[in-house]
Amino acid sequence: MERVLQYDGSFDGLLTTIFTIYQHKIKSPIIQAPAQQQSSIFGTAHEVITEPEKAHRVLKRMNELSTPQDMREFYKAFLSEVIGIENTLFQYCQQTFEAGKAPSGDYGNSIILKISQAAKMVGREKHRMEAFIRFHLIEDDLYYANCEPDFNVLPLIASHFKNRYADQKWVIYDLKRDFGISYDLHEVVEVTINFKDPRSQRGIVNTGGLKESRFRESENNYRDLWNQYFKSTNIESRKNMKLHLQHVPRRYWKYLSEKVA
Amino acid sequence: MNYERIKEKLEILADAAKYDVSCSSRGSKRQNKNKGLGDSSGMGICHSYTEDGRCVSLLKILLTNVCIFDCAYCVTRKSNDIKRAGFTVQEVVDLTINFYRRNYIEGLFLSSGIFTSPDATMERLIRVAKKLRLEENFNGYIHLKSIPGASDELMQEAGLYADRLSVNIEIPTKEGLKLLAPDKDHKDFIQPMKAVKNAIDLYKSEKEIIKSTPIYAPAGQSTQMIVGATGESDRDIMYSANFFYNKFQMKRVYYSGYIPVADDSRLPAIGTEVPMMRENRLYQTDWLLRFYGFDVREILNEHHQNLDMDIDPKLSWALRNLDQFPIDINRAEKRMLARIPGVGMKSVGKILSARRYRKLGWDHLKAIGISMNRSKYFITCSSREFESRDLTPIQIKSQILLSGSSKYSKNFTNQLSLF
Ligand code: SF4
Repeated sequence: MERVLQYDGSFDGLLTTIFTIYQHKIKSPIIQAPAQQQSSIFGTAHEVITEPEKAHRVLKRMNELSTPQDMREFYKAFLSEVIGIENTLFQYCQQTFEAGKAPSGDYGNSIILKISQAAKMVGREKHRMEAFIRFHLIEDDLYYANCEPDFNVLPLIASHFKNRYADQKWVIYDLKRDFGISYDLHEVVEVTINFKDPRSQRGIVNTGGLKESRFRESENNYRDLWNQYFKSTNIESRKNMKLHLQHVPRRYWKYLSEKVA
Repeated sequence: MNYERIKEKLEILADAAKYDVSCSSRGSKRQNKNKGLGDSSGMGICHSYTEDGRCVSLLKILLTNVCIFDCAYCVTRKSNDIKRAGFTVQEVVDLTINFYRRNYIEGLFLSSGIFTSPDATMERLIRVAKKLRLEENFNGYIHLKSIPGASDELMQEAGLYADRLSVNIEIPTKEGLKLLAPDKDHKDFIQPMKAVKNAIDLYKSEKEIIKSTPIYAPAGQSTQMIVGATGESDRDIMYSANFFYNKFQMKRVYYSGYIPVADDSRLPAIGTEVPMMRENRLYQTDWLLRFYGFDVREILNEHHQNLDMDIDPKLSWALRNLDQFPIDINRAEKRMLARIPGVGMKSVGKILSARRYRKLGWDHLKAIGISMNRSKYFITCSSREFESRDLTPIQIKSQILLSGSSKYSKNFTNQLSLF
């Protein structure tokens, strides 16, 4: 019988679910994140409560049977939030446990192919965010950026920004998923900003799109200089908008001052 | 800081620097240290793209566009009647740091007109890099343009602060150079390259003995050639490139389709179309040399002096060497897999990995992402049906051109998503 298992959308939640499936020997499970709850026609929905300890047991076993590269792909695929990816990831675990070894690089296998494709999309988005994040100095020593990535990539970019901006405090906020990462010169932590609080209100402005800005004067200046640079570096006789859009799809423009201006 | 004035300078000095197509910011080994600013140990990131589709990863500017030379192909040439400007060392440092902190750029690409002597110019460029490294604790990427004719000592010093050094050869043949830049000497370009190569070798061998040896130009050196300003063939260009790759261990050679900037009877007239297609084919060839194990003579030689414009150089090579095909996907070694038209290096890796599990057929290859439209004429796999083996090169070519018209239509780039 098919059983629908609902988890809380977290990585630990998914792993707990996989643990539960094995524990209760559930035959044909369907795993769903909260966002995709449809009233199920398949059977009774069971809500899985995330238990880090169970999650870690699954993770530990997977780590033993896989290469670090496999596990990175696994995690990236999870972050894609593609509908149904949980089930693919579960099948992947199943194959791994059965074979006693992860099927690394078996691209003739549809599960592997799906995971590698999802991971690739997420990887591309990760690079895009590393490229398109634009910081604004909003207090004397705090750099702030809004973003709305297609996939949930903040967990993947934290270390990049931490290494790069080791000497400045920064916050990167995902407005789509309503959480951010914040670095205080020591560590990166997840934060949620209550935008109703007037002090943090500044965070919600679309920093790229706003002409009349509340930022410090010098912020506008640097943005202007950057926009000027962008303009001057273009070569009109080589213009190729199709190619341009391929690199910078329109949905990213609102956070890129050089595209808004 | 006087922003209006800086803005004006940026307008002039970014505009003048934009013809240098080098944009790479990868391949360095400089890690963030002492909790300073920046890190360039990664892959290099394009932070934006110009409307012509080129990557913006560095703040690419001239220190000044004042120049005592008069190279015909250059906007900055002495005889050109344009506004001149110059940045102070501190202005460049401030711009770099502030752009970097906002994640606009990966670092700085600094070039300059030769304002008094090559050495005086080079010395000023080094001062910028030195200040960024020593005073600002900046670990982002720095690319300095070496000034032709600068002394070996200055080149030695430049590499201690820069990640990459480049001197643009600009004109691929000696004769062309003599024609268009009569004040310059071929060896003024070669000498700094030699100095950099020697220094790289020296620091590398010292590093093996003494761990604390400073890093020297960790991302190596590169150069650029203008394409289509003089009458050189693709063979001339690629043989020059090959010479630089081998002789000076260049990391990159860039090809820049000539953009007419001067009314000069020695050059294509203003308004002549930029040879983008040709440029693209040269980059594809360059990739075949660097990553696909091709020898330049296989692609360009006495009988084949120019690249085909209608098909990519790998396909062109395959059609001239049909006797080497078909290649068996399930057995061929890596080197041969890489020679199949429509199969990129990533796909080669996937094929090698996937065939450890099972024999691969058409469906697997399609799912892996291979462009069947081109490759199917050149391979066999475990599927039964296969393309007729009796087609002539011309037949194959016309079938490919017919089936994939969009792929070969007018959208071309110099940064690549190839094969
Ligand atoms: S020396 Fe350099 S900047 Fe001066 S004209 Fe020649 S190419 Fe241009």
